[in-house]
Amino acid sequence: MKLSREQVHHVATLAHLALTAEEEAKMQEQLSAILDAVETLRELDTSSVEPTSHAANAVEGWREDTVVPSLSPDQALKNAPARVGTSFAVPRILE
Amino acid sequence: MALTDFSMLELARRLAAGETSSVEAVKASLDRIERLDKKVKAFLLVDARGALAAAEASDARRRAGTAFGRLDGVPVAVKDLFCTEGLATTAGSRILEGFVPPFDATVVRLLKQAGLPILGKLNMDEFAMGSSTENSAYFPSHNPWDLTRSPGGSSGGSSASVAARLAFGALGTDTGGSIRQPAALTGTVGLKPTYGRVSRYGVVAFASSLDQVGPIARTVADAAALLQLLAVHDAADATSATTMAPDYATRLDAGVAGLRLGIPREYFELEGLDAEVRAAVEAAAAAYKAQGATLVPLSLPHTKYALATYYLLAPAEASSNLARYDGVRYGLRVPAGGLREMYAQTRGRGFGAEVKRRIMLGTYALSAGYYDAYYLKAQKVRTLIRQDFAAAWEEVDAILSPTAPTTAFKLGEKLDDPLAMYANDVFTLPCSLAGLPGLSLPCGFSRAGLPIGLQILGKPFDEATVLRVAQSFERAHNFVRAPPLGEG
Repeated sequence: MKLSREQVHHVATLAHLALTAEEEAKMQEQLSAILDAVETLRELDTSSVEPTSHAANAVEGWREDTVVPSLSPDQALKNAPARVGTSFAVPRILE
Repeated sequence: MALTDFSMLELARRLAAGETSSVEAVKASLDRIERLDKKVKAFLLVDARGALAAAEASDARRRAGTAFGRLDGVPVAVKDLFCTEGLATTAGSRILEGFVPPFDATVVRLLKQAGLPILGKLNMDEFAMGSSTENSAYFPSHNPWDLTRSPGGSSGGSSASVAARLAFGALGTDTGGSIRQPAALTGTVGLKPTYGRVSRYGVVAFASSLDQVGPIARTVADAAALLQLLAVHDAADATSATTMAPDYATRLDAGVAGLRLGIPREYFELEGLDAEVRAAVEAAAAAYKAQGATLVPLSLPHTKYALATYYLLAPAEASSNLARYDGVRYGLRVPAGGLREMYAQTRGRGFGAEVKRRIMLGTYALSAGYYDAYYLKAQKVRTLIRQDFAAAWEEVDAILSPTAPTTAFKLGEKLDDPLAMYANDVFTLPCSLAGLPGLSLPCGFSRAGLPIGLQILGKPFDEATVLRVAQSFERAHNFVRAPPLGEG
């Protein structure tokens, strides 16, 4: 399946990825080749097969609602590129 | 025999007997890293001070008779995917450059609680996506058996460090083969436990329904001893198994007489399976027969669909997991006009080519209009692959196959061809998709002198049988060797 340049650009926007024109061109070619390769799954009739979302037969892990020690605000913010008080600072999103 | 040549258990025995000390072992490792890692390039970070402090504390415990356990004082190293408190953790990515975790991954805590000094953080493909370490944002690692070749990936720093005897053992992670394939390519023992056997808490997430932590070691018994430390329930990981792990040492030497070992036809018919690899694995199967095992021809009919299934599901999960790298809470931030621009610029600058490719593929597979055709379809085929194995377990106790289709390939050889690189994982992916335990151990060498790996797959939570089968081969046909590294 050949992806269009517009599709590549749209997916990059969805993924919040700034790609250069060169990267977009290469992505178009390589993703198309990978999508061709995965076409093989269409050979299989899976109309009556249940999907597997997880390798483990996950059970809900209920536990007691008890307070345990966690990171202090300073520890949690130690790696922040920018902070204000006890918050992460981001560019303004509201006028 | 140099101190660094000892297996973990041999070193542990000497520590217990007072014949050497943990400080001596750490110093010997650091000295070897200093001399050889400029060639192998297994480490992203060496923590000499931390390792020596841990070794001194361990020696003090040994002197006082209060050792934490058998492996107290045995130095190891960990893949840079594990959070280490106070020690930079990059996941092989520029986007996490400078990130210093405020906490330890559960597996790191378990190593520390058992008294094992941690020598440092090991190189890897960025976010564990790759089969060669060439996707590391920092540098590729080199195979100690031939420095022009890859040590495999993504846990290639782990495999290279253990093979080159820079560390006595290491931890890696395996999502689609990232412990087993590098072990095969470096002549080491690598074990991916059952999904859920080992906690993922504090492990940088790649594909959460597949990721699993495990050991890379020089011997099967070392791998078993390391797994013993790691295989405990962790309330911090909702998928962590609550079933108690058995004592893996108890039945390790029980041999294979009476066991039924499956030989899956599809694994041996693959186009692209190297003739020498095939011959070595078939010879290993014959050796098992000579040891009293019954070889059972098997069919796992959906094997050939595993590659496509994996390369839809893992990127889909990755695209979701990697959304957290947005320049807000940690790591790189590229300032830009608005919030969305900051996200896009940060991610565009911070991620490497393969990670971007997988985020794009995963985002596409999950996007409106394509979800059913790609993501849901792959989840259904995953069910078929699981059913193949479920049927096989009615007939056999373990399954034998090659670990990788070839021996170690040249660095650069597959770098620009994602599909050729992905094909490396063809034998390791089905086990991952089914959540099974799988181990790779050395079963021979090619004429060019490169190690060949045998893969042993087991039933869910039956690591004990996998280890026992591996041990039975290793005892009779030991291919543990020191690679011919110059000592310069």
